[in-house]
Amino acid sequence: MADKNAILAGLAEIVEEETGLETEEVQLDKSFTEDLDIDSISMMTIVVNAEEKFDVKIPDEEVKNLTTVGDAVTYIANAAG
Amino acid sequence: MTATLKPTNPVDATAVLGLGVYRPSILVDNEQICQWIDSSDEWIRKRTGIVTRHRAPADVSVVDMAEAAATEALKDAGIAGSQVDSVIVSTVTHPYMTPSAASDLAARVGATPAAAFDISAACAGYCYGIAQADALVRSGHAKHVLVVGVEKLSDIIDNHERSISFLLGDGAGAVVVGPSDTPGIAASVIGSNGEKWNAVSMDNSLLRLRDALFDAQTSGDASALLDPEQKLWPTLRQDGQTVFRWAVWEMAKVAAEALEKAGVAAEDLAAFVPHQANIRIIDELSKQLKLPDHVLVGRDIVDAGNTSAASIPLALHRLRAENPDVSGGLALQIGFGAGLVYGAQVIRIP
Repeated sequence: MADKNAILAGLAEIVEEETGLETEEVQLDKSFTEDLDIDSISMMTIVVNAEEKFDVKIPDEEVKNLTTVGDAVTYIANAAG
Repeated sequence: MTATLKPTNPVDATAVLGLGVYRPSILVDNEQICQWIDSSDEWIRKRTGIVTRHRAPADVSVVDMAEAAATEALKDAGIAGSQVDSVIVSTVTHPYMTPSAASDLAARVGATPAAAFDISAACAGYCYGIAQADALVRSGHAKHVLVVGVEKLSDIIDNHERSISFLLGDGAGAVVVGPSDTPGIAASVIGSNGEKWNAVSMDNSLLRLRDALFDAQTSGDASALLDPEQKLWPTLRQDGQTVFRWAVWEMAKVAAEALEKAGVAAEDLAAFVPHQANIRIIDELSKQLKLPDHVLVGRDIVDAGNTSAASIPLALHRLRAENPDVSGGLALQIGFGAGLVYGAQVIRIP
């Protein structure tokens, strides 16, 4: 399984690039919408950039299940094997 | 002896000869939208780029709008209606399944007996129409083709629905395509992805309304017809996230293919005129294409909203009006929408 800390760090960089949020704010327990104020379109940009960065596929129907940063990190870690 | 068929008389190249538009008189701003959905002017501007959208009065039809745009396009091209031998109307809002909007329009602009037909390719309809017109003229089947993208989307929206209705506006754009000494329309890229048929679609078919009417008439019980929750009149819906991903990252590939087919690079463009779906799609698509700073980007959506098949010619018309020097330059145009379907080509701006 891929290193979750490395995935979190990489994901935080993607979120920072899309939203301007500091990487330290992107923590596992944070909700993308409630805590980080990321809307559905920004979320999709983050997903596509994460796919490229981690060489995984995140189907449209899975995106709706990624409520927290932790959900996304776990999904990417499992998908990356 | 078997008789041989007389060959057609193809021409080598085509061009867009003239451009015209129609913008309906009613302006709907975000404050009005917020009477129908729980939102704010700031939220709508930030998420979509839209400040206003035009909507047509009840007594202005799809063909009325098409006629106004076509009349300006013919004048801009210096072509009489009688010189037009094919009329193509791209629309999803002509409220008659048959006859076509195109045959009515052909008669109105004096193009009888031109070939006339409608295209149902939603927001890609205008680019599909250009591809058809280019093929008709190059093959020798037509000399001048009138292509119109026109929508009265206000007829098929639910103002209280928040996935797509608040984005949409009405309008029309038209061009005349004809023969040219040098190529003015490059090879088109057109295609579909029917696996995402439901990503943008009507919420129901008209048959549901017909059946409800029939049931009410036979039973004498009209309660279902009178229940607003039944939403019997079909209106548009979309899965915004699915559409956004497809519209940016898949359409960036289509746009790149259109450039390749034209034999030009992004730096050769004077303008990029994508379908006006959402300012964030336009901006992200522009970013993916790595457009140089000198390439003007159509952003008519700010004032016109998303007008489906009409959005590209409306945006091109505005871009040319605000930047007359762009005339003669190359524009990459790409339409994409319900189907899902897409079309793109590089043209020389008239």
